[in-house]
Amino acid sequence: MSEKKQYDLLIVGAGPAGLTAAIYATRRKLKTLIVSMTIGGQMAQTNEIENYPGIDFSDGLSLSDNMKKQAEKYGTEFAFEEVLNIRKKNDLFIVHTNNNDYEAKSVLLAFGLTPRKLGVTGEQEFSGRGVTYCATCDGPLFKNKTVAVVGGGNSAIEAAEYLSKLAKKVYVINRTDQFRATPILLDKARGQKNIEFYCFTAITEIKGDGVVKSIEIASLQNETKKEEIILDGVFIEIGYQAKTEWLKGTVDLNKRGEIITDRDCVTSTEGIFAAGDCTDTQYKQIVISAGEGAKAALQIYKYIVGREGKVAIPDWGVCELVGTDKTANIKIEK
Amino acid sequence: MNEVIFTDANFEAEVLQASGPVLVDFYADWCGPCKMQGPIVHEVAESMGDKAKVGKLNVDESQETAQKFSVMSIPTLIIFKDGKVVETMVGVQTKDSLIEKLTKLA
Repeated sequence: MSEKKQYDLLIVGAGPAGLTAAIYATRRKLKTLIVSMTIGGQMAQTNEIENYPGIDFSDGLSLSDNMKKQAEKYGTEFAFEEVLNIRKKNDLFIVHTNNNDYEAKSVLLAFGLTPRKLGVTGEQEFSGRGVTYCATCDGPLFKNKTVAVVGGGNSAIEAAEYLSKLAKKVYVINRTDQFRATPILLDKARGQKNIEFYCFTAITEIKGDGVVKSIEIASLQNETKKEEIILDGVFIEIGYQAKTEWLKGTVDLNKRGEIITDRDCVTSTEGIFAAGDCTDTQYKQIVISAGEGAKAALQIYKYIVGREGKVAIPDWGVCELVGTDKTANIKIEK
Repeated sequence: MNEVIFTDANFEAEVLQASGPVLVDFYADWCGPCKMQGPIVHEVAESMGDKAKVGKLNVDESQETAQKFSVMSIPTLIIFKDGKVVETMVGVQTKDSLIEKLTKLA
């Protein structure tokens, strides 16, 4: 099925950056579509959010859902599809998804980060069949089972501690004896009797038969030392990366694959903007992404109005002429 | 046809003994992506009419069935035909792709 619909703004991703941008854009009457396979992104997978100003406590799902409802209230449309590529056609972008082609005057890339893959045999084959990247999502399906958590950072140790309350036994597999997790988290995990730590160890293969049955682990200090652990689940918690291979040649990326933006969320390609964790912004936080999303939407509003040769009526503090015709002063909206 | 609520108790009769295609959405209330999948499955049920049976199964309430079909990430959607598994899909699926798959089997 292929149909063309034209939007002022097409947003790729529905985390805090994308949803906030949608709220700001639709309040400025930009016809806006969000294309995303999930709502909330990493935010939705966070159990406890205690640092979003004005909200003392929220679970990530409720905060995500509230942002989505707020965006919908002002007319944001949603398509649960995956964006495959973006092409320029005349002065429009054609955004090609697994299901549709959309036309848009501007595009905001706000698809955040994706869990990093381990890259071992069996990982892909058993993904969703015992191999998982989200303890809070899939943890409850492993009640009284045996699982392994791979990694040594906050997300890994948090996952291990959380899983130790559900699973019979939790193995933590880490490449060093150094843990990047905060000491308070680490102490909590070390206090759990059913967590066993394997340091200087790596998984070499995930084995199974339809579902995960075991892992093969090897010592990094003594290569010949191998062991097989019988288990039901492998939780891979080794951080996140920007999934941007599909954007090579479309916008400039840095060495880490993050989208390079200026302070106003402008990318190397005119008409394409980026905000939130998928950009080269240093700090990855919900409140920062929300702020970046708002900033991007204002910049996009200015851009859309400018390309029509009109002047944006600023409601954000700075008064600046945009577009080529500096004498024009046409009021766009009330 | 309306969405069917599948459980451990009725799974044998409603799915395994059924003739024709049956789509089962394995979900839980605490699962974010499941909340996106839910309304899509509901629409699929309406669109398919009596050409396919479409419904959902709560993995917390019907653990036996979820374990039997090795559901380890949710949402997992399984299409059955004449009681046999035809396809297992993990993660959110679009309305169009589900309708296409069910239509082929109908």
